[in-house]
Parts: sequence; C-alpha cells; structure tokens
Amino acid sequence: MSSQPPHALEHGAVPWLLTGALATAGPHAEHLPLWLSLLVASSLLWRAWLWQQRRPLPPRWSLALLVAVGVAGIAWQFHSLFGKDAGVAMLVLFMALKPMETRHRRDALVIVMLGYFLLLTHYFYSQSIPTGLWLLIAMTLLTGALISLHGGGAQPIMTIARQAALLLLQALPFMFILYLLFPRVTGPLWGLPEDARASLSGLSGEMSPGSISHLIQSGAIAFRSRFAGETPEKADLYWRGPVFDSYDGVTWRTATPPARLPRPAPVIEASGTAYAYTSILEAHNQRWLLALDVATSLPPEGSLAPTFEVLAREPLRVRTRMSFVSAVDYHANRIEAPAILQQALALPARINPRTRALASSWQSLPAEKIAAAALSMFRQEDFHYTLRPPLLGADAVDEFLFVTRRGFCEHYASAFVFLMRAAGVPARVVAGYQGGEVNPVDGYLTVRQSDAHAWSEIWLAGKGWVRIDPTAAVAPSRIEQGIVAALPEGEPLPSIVRLDATWLRQLRNRWEAANNSWNQWVLGYNPQRQRELLSWAGLSDPDWQSMTASLAILCSLALLIITWWTLPRRRRADPAQRAWQRYCAQLARRGVGRATWEGPLAFAQRVARERPDLAALTSEAAGCYAQLRYGRNGSENLLERLQQCVRRLPPQRP
Amino acid sequence: MPLFAALKRWLFRLARDEQLPIVLGQRRIFIVPTRAGVLFAGVLAVMLIGAINYNLSLGHALIFLLAGLGLVAMVHTFHNLFGLSLTPERAEAVFAGDLASFPLQLDNARSEPRRALEFAFDGQPLVKVDVPAQGHVTVAIPYATSKRGRLDPGRVTLATRYPLGLFQAWSYPHPRWSCVVYPKPFRTPLPRPSPGAQADHHHGDSGQEDFAGLRPRQPSDPTRHIAWKAVARCADEQMLLVKQFAGGASDELWLDWSLTPPEHGHEDRLSILTGWVMAADEQQARYGLTLPGQQIAPAQGNVHRTHCLQALALYSESAP
Repeated sequence: MSSQPPHALEHGAVPWLLTGALATAGPHAEHLPLWLSLLVASSLLWRAWLWQQRRPLPPRWSLALLVAVGVAGIAWQFHSLFGKDAGVAMLVLFMALKPMETRHRRDALVIVMLGYFLLLTHYFYSQSIPTGLWLLIAMTLLTGALISLHGGGAQPIMTIARQAALLLLQALPFMFILYLLFPRVTGPLWGLPEDARASLSGLSGEMSPGSISHLIQSGAIAFRSRFAGETPEKADLYWRGPVFDSYDGVTWRTATPPARLPRPAPVIEASGTAYAYTSILEAHNQRWLLALDVATSLPPEGSLAPTFEVLAREPLRVRTRMSFVSAVDYHANRIEAPAILQQALALPARINPRTRALASSWQSLPAEKIAAAALSMFRQEDFHYTLRPPLLGADAVDEFLFVTRRGFCEHYASAFVFLMRAAGVPARVVAGYQGGEVNPVDGYLTVRQSDAHAWSEIWLAGKGWVRIDPTAAVAPSRIEQGIVAALPEGEPLPSIVRLDATWLRQLRNRWEAANNSWNQWVLGYNPQRQRELLSWAGLSDPDWQSMTASLAILCSLALLIITWWTLPRRRRADPAQRAWQRYCAQLARRGVGRATWEGPLAFAQRVARERPDLAALTSEAAGCYAQLRYGRNGSENLLERLQQCVRRLPPQRP
Repeated sequence: MPLFAALKRWLFRLARDEQLPIVLGQRRIFIVPTRAGVLFAGVLAVMLIGAINYNLSLGHALIFLLAGLGLVAMVHTFHNLFGLSLTPERAEAVFAGDLASFPLQLDNARSEPRRALEFAFDGQPLVKVDVPAQGHVTVAIPYATSKRGRLDPGRVTLATRYPLGLFQAWSYPHPRWSCVVYPKPFRTPLPRPSPGAQADHHHGDSGQEDFAGLRPRQPSDPTRHIAWKAVARCADEQMLLVKQFAGGASDELWLDWSLTPPEHGHEDRLSILTGWVMAADEQQARYGLTLPGQQIAPAQGNVHRTHCLQALALYSESAP
C-alpha cells in the first residue's frame, strides 16, 4: 500500500512478454512494410538473446535513436503518422522496442496492455475464424505474461498457461452476456481516417477497359444469397449494379442528372415467378445493393434508382444482410423520361468513325433488328473472349470491332452500346455480377468478384428497357456455365474458383459455409439483431435502462456462480464431532464452557466438580465421544448414545 | 475526525485478533483495483470506442472477453486470501537495530496453492511467500527495530495481486504479538570484579551445579531443567516442576548501573550494561546486575542472561 520502490522484472516473465509481443505484432507483418517487420523481428530476437545471456539492456539513447529511425521510416512510408495503417505500424514499432527498456514490472505491464490493444487492430484487417482463434492464443500468452509478472514467474510454463486458459475460460460467460446484451451503437462515432477501408474491393463507379477484368482476378466473395423458394436459371442470374450512361471515349460513367429535373419513379411490370431471397452483401463502400435484375420489393434501407438498381442511403461499409423480391421477366419503364432517353443516345463527337459508319448502315432498320445485327456480327465474325485483351488506342471501339476483336465483357458491352447509340437506339451499359455457385453445404448461392460482369440494355418503344448481353453471343458458356468454362486454360483466373479436385471443392464449400455462419451469427450481430433477440426474450422495445439492468443482473449471476465455484467446499464435520460440539455448546450456555485445549475426559472431570448435577450425563457423552474418536471400534450405537445425551440435557435454568 | 477514525476502525477492523487461528473471511478481506487495473480499464474503454467506431464485431467480443477476464481476476485475487488461516508464533527477542522477525504459520486447506502473498508491518520491509496446496508454511515477517523495550509491531498487512495484478486484495490481521527488544550492546571492557562481591555472595543461589530440589516452573526457566519424571508422577497438579541447583563458588561480577560512565545518556548506559552482560556471558562468568531500584543476583547461563537482558530491555526510569 505504501509507495515501494518499483518492482524489478522477474527473469522468468521475459519469455512470456516476448512471446506475447511476437504473437500480437507478428501477424501484422502481412500488411506492414518489410523493413518494419525485419526491425521488429531483430529487436525481439536481440532482446531474447540478452535475456538468455543475462546481459544488461542497451542504453536509452540507442533506443531513442531506433525509435526516431522507425518513426521517420513510418512517416516516409505512409506519408502520415496517423490513420489506420500508420497507427498500426507505430503500435507495432513500440511493441517491438518497449521490451528493450523493460526493467521493472511497470514497464512490462505497459507491454501487456499494448499487446491487448494490438489484438484489436488485427480486426481492422480480418475478422475471420482463424484470426479469432489466433488472437485467443495470443490473449492466453499475454495473460500468462501477467500471471508470471505477479508472482507466478517461478512456475513451469504449462502451469501458467493452464492458469491463463482457465481464467479465460471463466471469462467466456461474461463475454457471451456482454456480447448479446451490451447496448450496441452503430458506428462510426466520428469520421474515419481515409485509409480505413482501403482494402474493400468490388465494382467501381466507372468502367474503362480492364477495370472488370482486373476485378475478376479476385476470388473474394461479393455476396451470398439464399432463395426462399426455387433458384432462378443460371442464365437469369443478372445481379444489377451501377448503370453507366455517359461515355467519354474511354470510360463509362453514371451521368449525374441535374437535380432540378423531376426524377420519375420507375415503373416495373413484372410477370412470372417472384423470387424472394436474402443476400449478405460484403462491404464494398458503394451504395448499390446488387439485387437480382429487377427488384420488385426492397428492404427498408434501399430505394430503386431511376435506372432500376437498388441503392442504399449510405455506402455499404459493413457486411449487411438484406431481403429482396425480384422478377426476371419484366417490362421496365415502357414510357421513359425524355432526359434519360436523350442521355442514352449521347456519344462523344468524332471518335470511332468506322463504328459510326457501320451503325449508320443499320439506321433504317427497326431497333430490334439493329440489335440482332450487332449480335450476329459478334457471333459470326472472329471475336474472342479473353481476360488479356490487347491495349486499345484513341478510337477504342473501332480498334476492337475491326482490328483486335479480343476482349472481355466490358469491351463487348461498351462496343455494343456504342453501336446502338450510333444507330439511334437508346442504350446503356449495366455492370454487376452474373451467375454464382450454389454451396451445397448451406444452400447459399455464392457470388464472387470473379463473377463480375458488364452487359447492355436497350430501350424499345412499347417494351421498355431490354437486357442484351453481347458476351453471351461471343461466349455462351460464360452465361450458362460461368467464367471458368468460358475462358481457355492459362487465363489468370483466381485458383479458388478453378478447383478441379472434388475434395478440394468440397473443402472450400465447407469452409465458406462455416465462414458464412460466422459472418451472419457472430460478426453480423448488430443493433437490429440485438433488438430481435431481446424482443424474442420478452423485452419488447427495450430501452437502454432495461438492457443495462438485465446486463447487470446476468453478469452478477455469472460472477456469483464463478465465486461459488471457486470457493472451498466446507467439509462436513464428522457427525460424532458435531454432536460433541453441540453438547459442549449446550453446556457453555449453562455456565461450563470447555476450553479449546481440554480433552473430553478432562472436561468431564471438571464438570463433575463444578456442576455435579450434570456429571453423569457429561461423563457418558465424553466417554462416547472419546471412544468414537480415539477408541479402536466406534459403532453406530455410540454415536446414537452421544446424540441422545445432547437431547437429554435438562432444560436451561432461567 | 473521530467519526472518520471510527469508520476506519469499523471498516478495517483495527481491533486486535484475540481468537486464534485467524481465519480470513469475506468480512476482513478488502479489494481494490491496482494502478494496472485502472490502466487496463482505460485501455478497454479506448478499445471499445475503437471497436464501435470501426464496427468491429470481433473487437466487441475481444473487449468483452477482457472485461470478463478482469472480473474473474477479481474473484481469483479475493480467493487467494479467502479462507487462509493464520497462527502467530512467538517472536524471539532481538537487539535494537536488528531485524525482529514475527513468525506466522499459514495453513491452506484448499486444494490449490495460494501464491504471491505479501506480508509487511506498516512501513517495514515486505516478505513474499507461496503456500502449497493443503499445506502450511511459516513466514517470518521482519520488523526493523530501533529502540529497546517491548515491541508491539501492530497490524500486519497481508496483500496479494495474484493472478493478474489488476486487483489488490488485502487484510489486516492483528494478532496479539510482542517481542522484547534488548538495548543495542556497546562493547566496552568489563568492570573488575568488585572486592565486596565475595561478602555479598548469597550462597547456593540458583546456580546450576548441584541438585537442590524442585520448584514450580517459571516461564524463564529453560525446558531442559523441567523435571519431567516428577511432572508425570503428579499430573493432576497441572503444574510443571523444575529442578533447582545450588551453584558453586566462583568469581562474581557485579554489573552495576553506577559503574557506567554517568556522562553518557540513559540509553547509552543501558547499552553499555547490555554489552557487559554479553561479554560476561561469553566469559561464562557469574554476574549480577544492579539497576536503580532493581537487582538481579549473580548467576550464569542462558536463563540468567535472558533474565538480565529482559530487565535491561524493559527498564524504565520511573520504575521503583
């Protein structure tokens, strides 16, 4: 309690600290610059060597130098010392250098606390099952370090590890209670640094040659969907993303309509089966929600844009679960706003003259015939579907249609729309995903980035917007069987989608299904799910007071259980002893207390002197007890007699 | 302030423990977070803000697990003291300036060991001890003495931070404990045996040479003088008898207060006398001690030395 000199660091605690530092800082090597990882590794190794040799720690100025070099390096690498990545790099640097100046227990505590904090930073990058498990191990190590710092240092490693694991095990009930009941707040509380979501991938807000073929090389999952009833035909699985209707010769963009123009609500006339499904969308930091074309019923968070894609109010920053109903047979906007039609015909002046010439030769035909002519050109001429198209120059469409004839979906969609517009048919490019693969383990349709696709839409009077996929004309297998079947061997597809061995495919399916459950039930536990759970538990419309109350009650309950569990069981005294104690207590109330050192027979003698009226009874009780406790053969009979003595005591005198 | 003191006395139960052994129940174990515990809570709060801000579900889980860990650590820290039973043992006398040590036997009835228990008297050095599972250990709690007399060490602070150091549990056992502290011996040459010593000699006064009879035992008698056979013969008397010896004649040395240099202070003169007692004892001389208003007849041996040293330790000027 008094101010003592700082506790020196126990020698046995250092390996725990270093292992903890390695376990918490190590996995960050994946996204830290190599030089920093090397610095961390060499610093920890050096410290371990000093520990093993029992050498003194380096002087402080040399550490200050190392810190300065490290900080300067981080500032140079990340152009900042703040923000997510730079912040993590700084923490890792301190974690690696702090053991170098750890002489007292206080310093060691700082390492452990820094370690606990570093654990959290791993979740910026991954919240997968392996990360969770690894961090559980790292946490056990850090807790072991705390134990070894506070008096457990001399114990064997396994004892400390077991103790740490036991503590964590006992902490688990609190975690579950708090996880379920702690009032959740939807973040962010303030603006996040710019690099907070740098790693999110997905369709972007514009399309230029190469943008989709780049995306396709990722096997990452874009979203998963489960249909309540039957799943639509594979060829109908067009998941609608952003619609591009403005072209500058290279890049397709979404035209920003002037705000003052009235934006008519889209009119969808759906027929055929209504497919109800729930999607779990990975965060992609964009507003579109990738519903099956075309959505007829939306989640409350979404709204249907004039170009029929479903938009969220805010960019999708976390994995989100949403329910939709879609129809694949529909007429959309038979009557279209003139401004939109006008935009669907706009072309940049003077580029692609050969394409324009070809289109003008079709101008006299009806719109459907024009589209058919273009498609049959793709089908009959020598067009190839490849992920590695040659680079195109200023007249990109001309070069593609008449010279290179090799391209990916974005080339075909782009060229087709250009042709249509040049021929006077309103047309636009739609980006999104096509297809998907049903995971037999959990029945979810998995759609990956490698399923990214771009197609076209033309507007026909009386029919509205009609989807036309020029890629289907060139490579029908892309639509019917998926990207793997459509591309020749040797194309740079991610290996995860190209698994040939059945067992590997099964393994992947199982793993992804497990991940899906994890994502939905563990990571996807959000304020909304919390409300659902609480109303299921009978707390309808819970406010924070009742939540806090139930939280406190459950936590206290868990604490009580753990306290009770760890308390020693009071061993029940032997019945003879209890009876004798009761007898003595009765006598004490009558004025003759037995001293703790007095044996039963000696006590009986004294009672005989002081209270002759109780002499006989006491000597019988003492005799029984002495025989029971110290005699060779104690029998039930003796015990009974002793117990009777207690009852036979005469009532107390007033 | 008396209210505060009463509150403190009630809260921390500063009364002495009369009943032995002292068993630590929940009423006398106190627990507060340590500085590390406060730091831990702070780190958790910052982490929670981070997890909310970045919407990290697993981050929430991590923080809640750590919070649970803190609560569990609290239970374990409390549990490390709970149910421990303490039995004070007799403290050996020491010279002023030496470390007195107060032995305390710790009994652990539990099937897990109790670790990192720290014992200290207020402002005194700390001693750490582990008690094995279902075992007992005697810890010697040090007390740096500075002045002679009967030392009452006051309450013991028994603290532990095991396992995680996030909480400190402590208790204030206050057994009735004392230790005689002899004056610090000053080594000065012994005074010459006084010529009048022979005349004053009381013959046969509790020496150790020849058996002279039995008398009831006094606490200062050495155990090896107990007449066990005689005690066994008359067990009903509940009294121990010691053998008495008559001493032979030898040189007698009077260590007299008046022989110490009067220019020295009171305590220093006692220290000089103490030094003489030690020196006379080493020379196995027969010596007597004279203090103002108090006289110990010449004798020799450990018992006599202890007797003299105790007289010196407990001497007070106001005594008759």
